[in-house]
This record gives sequence, structure tokens and C-alpha cells, in this order.
Amino acid sequence: MEKKNQFVIAVYVDNKFGVLTRVTSMFTRRGFNIDALTVGETECPEYSRITICLSGDGYAREQLINQLRKLYNVKKVEVLEDDCIRRELMLIKVKNSPAYRQEVLAAVDVYRAKVIDYTVEEMCIEITGDPSKIDAFVELMKFYDIIIEMCRTGVVALERGSNTLLNK
Amino acid sequence: MKLTGAEILVRTLIEQGVTDVFGYPGGQAINIYDALYKYKDEINHYLTAHEQGASHAADGYSRATGKVGVCIATSGPGATNLVTGIATAMLDSIPMVAITGNVPSTLIGKDSFQEIDITGVTLPITKHNYFVHRIEDLADSIREAFQIAKSGRPGPVLIDVPKDVQMATYEYEAQGVVEKIPLPLAKQTQIDEAISLLNAAERPYIYIGGGAAGLGMGDAIRELAERIDAYIGCTFMGLSAINTDCDRFLGMQGMHGHYASSMAQKDADLIFAIGVRFSDRATGNVSKYAKGAKIIQLDPDFAEINKNVCVDVGIIGDVFDSFTRIAQGAAERKHPEWREKVAALRKDEVRFTAEAEAASRTPLTPKRIFDIINEKKPASTVITTDVGQHQMWTAQYVKFDDTRRFVSSGGLGTMGFGLGAAIGARVATGDCTVLVTGDGSFGMNLNELATAVSYRIPVVIVLMNNGVLGMVRQWQTLFFGKRYSNTVLDRKTDFVKLAEAFGAKAYRVTTPEEFGEAFDAALACTDGPVVIDTAIDEDAFVLPMLPPGGSIEDIIVRK
Repeated sequence: MEKKNQFVIAVYVDNKFGVLTRVTSMFTRRGFNIDALTVGETECPEYSRITICLSGDGYAREQLINQLRKLYNVKKVEVLEDDCIRRELMLIKVKNSPAYRQEVLAAVDVYRAKVIDYTVEEMCIEITGDPSKIDAFVELMKFYDIIIEMCRTGVVALERGSNTLLNK
Repeated sequence: MKLTGAEILVRTLIEQGVTDVFGYPGGQAINIYDALYKYKDEINHYLTAHEQGASHAADGYSRATGKVGVCIATSGPGATNLVTGIATAMLDSIPMVAITGNVPSTLIGKDSFQEIDITGVTLPITKHNYFVHRIEDLADSIREAFQIAKSGRPGPVLIDVPKDVQMATYEYEAQGVVEKIPLPLAKQTQIDEAISLLNAAERPYIYIGGGAAGLGMGDAIRELAERIDAYIGCTFMGLSAINTDCDRFLGMQGMHGHYASSMAQKDADLIFAIGVRFSDRATGNVSKYAKGAKIIQLDPDFAEINKNVCVDVGIIGDVFDSFTRIAQGAAERKHPEWREKVAALRKDEVRFTAEAEAASRTPLTPKRIFDIINEKKPASTVITTDVGQHQMWTAQYVKFDDTRRFVSSGGLGTMGFGLGAAIGARVATGDCTVLVTGDGSFGMNLNELATAVSYRIPVVIVLMNNGVLGMVRQWQTLFFGKRYSNTVLDRKTDFVKLAEAFGAKAYRVTTPEEFGEAFDAALACTDGPVVIDTAIDEDAFVLPMLPPGGSIEDIIVRK
């Protein structure tokens, strides 16, 4: 049995009403459990790009790709290379307590995050990076027990080099 | 030429070669029906008793001919009544176009009267679907729908047309019938791999599924089987792909398959699967399925390769082309041991069947009924069924003499499918059509008798009446300690009177002689349906049987 690992799939779909529903409805119907999914515009106005993170073995990956390719509005499905560039953005609101203020600001500095809102009670931090970096930052804030609210975008990813998926 | 949306819709159907549609009008389909009235010399509309009947009729129409079946319904309940029929077509890969009206665009999303999001409802049970926002897209959406429905692995497509789009006017210009998107042809390296597996096999078994059923491959398969000394079995959906009288043919395998066919598949060292999706009913416990065999799989749908069963060579593309190329490369072989083995299995099967016959408490056993049907049915008879024991007996005993002669709900197992489907099949082919049904299934959609009577559609209805929901009862007998929860019907329905009330002829029979006479009389009736209420034993079993979740080693051959 292949070891379960996470892989990133990029999907070009028609930029049309209801296409995202078609994709996510298929996941439900076929029982795929998705870790993260993002969707947005691309270099071609007629297509949207969906980035899907899935943990699973080779069988799960093959099934997901096959079932995606069967959808009529799906134009291109690619598993991204392991060394692809993955980025995620998080907004996290933490308590501005004098006891931890210096530690939090130091962490913001080390993680190259940004404080984007600062009041007596709270500060809101914006952080971008590889999902594992964001996980680490969340763990740190949990350690201080100061998280008020947080929101992550899910992964967007591109392969390195000049190739695009559409001409691959 | 400027036409209304409704007129464009009907004209596009005509343009795509549609001559018959099945449906039921309603408030949001009234414009479509007005257009059907206008073009009634070019397209026939059959009014069914219920939209579900229309969807099954479109399905039966398609199964019997390979053409795209078309059904029409209004919004809301009309549309949701199509759902079971669309799902039935989806699970069996039947090309169908379902058209629904919807409330005007301005009322969409406001929970208006008879408004339903039918494209949302049918998302997982259609190959694709359309909500037509703009009249400019209407004709092309319909053309695309036909192309999608019949290309690759076929399936149903739904088009939802809001009323304002039906009423708007737009330029229409007729186009030609859309062609199927050609399937890719397999790479020669894969064909060569398949050939070397075939040439190395000692116990080859050719396994036909629904993906091969309508392709007219019967003779080619028989020729290959004779040359390489292989035996042939099929899935439920593969029935009628090859004529039953082929001496290499062992019949259906699987949960209720022929003993010899299932056992031979277990013993085979090579399974050459053509248009098969290895469904759970065919494989039993998949972890124990065909462990000793190499598997070659041909399919038009790439997602079917390695989905349920991992295969040694999976070949995507035009199934007939791949088959022909593989067959050309296959060497002539002789496998005397394999022949002896299969002959012994066949002997056992005959013995088990005879034992079951001898144990019957009523003179009219299921097998006797099918012996008589086989003896009397004219050439090219279409056999349709509902779902349950009668369906499995039909699959086991009916002798097919042509392709597309078996019309039955396999994947979804839709009770109530049969009568609508029989009407559709008869309208499509004009050939003798026999519906084999049970009292449970027939009770679900018997209202379509009204349709068959109104349009004088001769369908011979063999109602195998045991007063129980026999298939569930069989499971209750075997696995639930004979606790017959809600499977004893005891409904007091007089099916003869009921048929007569609809305007159909009917007979009640209890012996083989009576059945034979009634069947003759029914075949002679050419202007409407005939019901033969046929009494059978409530405890007649469908055998053999693989217990649910079991494998071929667990096969049950005796009560």
C-alpha cells in the first residue's frame, strides 16, 4: 500500500455559472475528502482555476483525476510537481495582552508576517506562505492561548519555470 | 427564420432526427406543447400517465434502438417525477435527453409555484445538464446535449428551459444531426500486450458487459471464442449482446448468474472483459474476485479502468476496434482440459436446475413460463422486465436472438421501470414486445396501462404473481430467520378486472397449458396491451445466489 501523502491538483474549468457546484458535488457523490479547495480567475478569462489539496494514496489520486476529467466543464487536470510553489494566506486576530505582546511581535517579525490592525484589545496579523509555515504560526499563537478568530484561504499553487498548465 | 423558443426547441429535436417523444404537459411546458401541436406531423408525442412513465419510455426507446430517447415534463413535480428515470438511464449508460420547463427567469430563486432547481437535483444523475438562460443558447444547448448523450460512454442529459426563454423569439436555422465524438483508438503496444496475455492463457473467459451490448459484436466474439477455445459469459447488462444459442455462451454470471458461468469465471486464468464495469453484483466480494486470472479490460470510459478491480491491461477507446485488433492477433488454441472442466460445470448446473424444478409446489414454475415464452415468442422479440425475482429469472432463462432485445434496469434496479420501457421499446421497434413483471413492480407504475391502451400499443404483460415481494422475501428467508417484514402483499387486487378497467385484455392462469394459450392469444392481439396474471409459488427462489458481500466460494445452489 502506498503511503498517504498530500498532493495538489490544478484544474482548469469553464468560467461559467454553476461549474464549482458540479465539481464539489462530484466529490460528495464519490466520497472524496478534500483538504482544501480554492478557485479564482486565470490568465484566460474563459477559464477559472481550481486548486485542490487531497491526502490519499495513488488509488485515490487516480480516481479523483479520472472523475474530474469526466466532467464536461473541466478542461484540464494536472497533478502539480512536488516542488511546486504553494502559498496560502491567513488573517488571524489575537488578544493584545501586554504579557505576550513582545513575543507576538517578535514572531510576526520572524515569520515575516504583518500586523494590519492594532487596538488595545487585539491585533490582526496577515501571514502568507507555505501551508506548513502557517500551521507553525497557528501553533505558536495557540501556545500563548490568545487566538480570537482566524481565517485561511486554502492553497494556491503554480509549478516552477515558464511552462503553464494550459500549454503543458 | 424567427421562431419562439418553444418552436426552436421542437424544431431542433426534429432536426436531430427525433420522431417520437414521451411526456406530460403542465403550466411551464405549455409553450413547448403548443409547438408540439404545431409540428405534430413531424414529431409524435406520447402522453403518458405519469412523468416517470415518460422517462422510462424514453429509456426503453433508446435501449431497443440505440437512438437518443427524449422525454418532456413541466417544472416542479413534473421535473422531479423524471428523476428516477434519469437516474436509471445514468446507471446503465443510456443516451437520453430530458427537457423540462421552468418558471420565468424573473421568478427563479423565489420559491415560486412549481419552481424547482432541477439542474441542481439532477447534477449527480446526469452526464451533464443545462439551464438555458438566453434564447440565443437554446438550439446549440440542445445540439450539445444530443452529442454528449450519445458520445463516449452514453448517458442522460437534462435541459431546463425557463418559460420566458420558451416565449422569446430568435433566429433559427436548421443544422445537421450532430455526430458522436469519435472515440480514441488504442495504442498498438497495449493491443500487443493484450494479445500476448490471450495467447498465453489456458482457461480464457470472454466477459461481455453493457458497453458491448449494442455494438453488434456477437458474431465477432463467437468467432474469437471458437478460435482460442474460450468460453463466454456476460454481466446482466451484457445480455442479448450475443445470441443465447451460441454453444460457447455460458450466460450471465454474478449474484444470480448461471452456475457454470460464475464458476468458469472463477476458474479462468484470463478474463477478457469488454464494456464491463465490475459492479458489486457481478463481482461479489471484490477482494476475492478473480484472484487467479489476468484481466484485460476494454472500455470507452477511462474512469472505469482500475475503478473497482485492478486490471493487467486496461484499454481505453473504441471497444469494437480494440477487440477486432486483439482478435486478429490471437492465435488458434486448443484447451481440452478447460473444455472438460466447463462441460462438468454445465452438467452440475443442469442437475441443480432440475432439482429446483422438482421441488416446486405449483405446476407453473418460473422456468416453465420461460420455456413457453422461448418456444412461442417471434424472432427479434424485445423482452423488458421490472425488478426483482422475475427479472433474474428472465435474465437466466430467456433466449435472445438479436442485440438490444433485453430492456431492463440493471444498475439502479428500478421497480416500476418495465411498463413504460416496454411502451417505449415497442414504439421504437414495432417488434413484438413482452414485459415480464411481478405483482410488486407492476403495482408501482401500472397506470401506464392507460397509455398503452390509448395508443393501441400491443405489449404482452406476463405478470408473475406470487403475492409477495419475492426478492426481499428470499433474503428474509435466507438471512433474516423468515421474518417477513412488509413483504407479504396480500392486496386483494384483481389484476384481470384492473386491466379490463383500463381497457386492456386480461387472463388469469395457473397451469402451463393455460399460460401457453393465454400467451398465444396475447401475441395475436395487435391493438393494445394484454395482461396475463400468472400464479407462481411465493417461495420459488432465484438460484443460484451469492450471498450479499460473499464471493463465488459462497454460492448457494439449493434452497
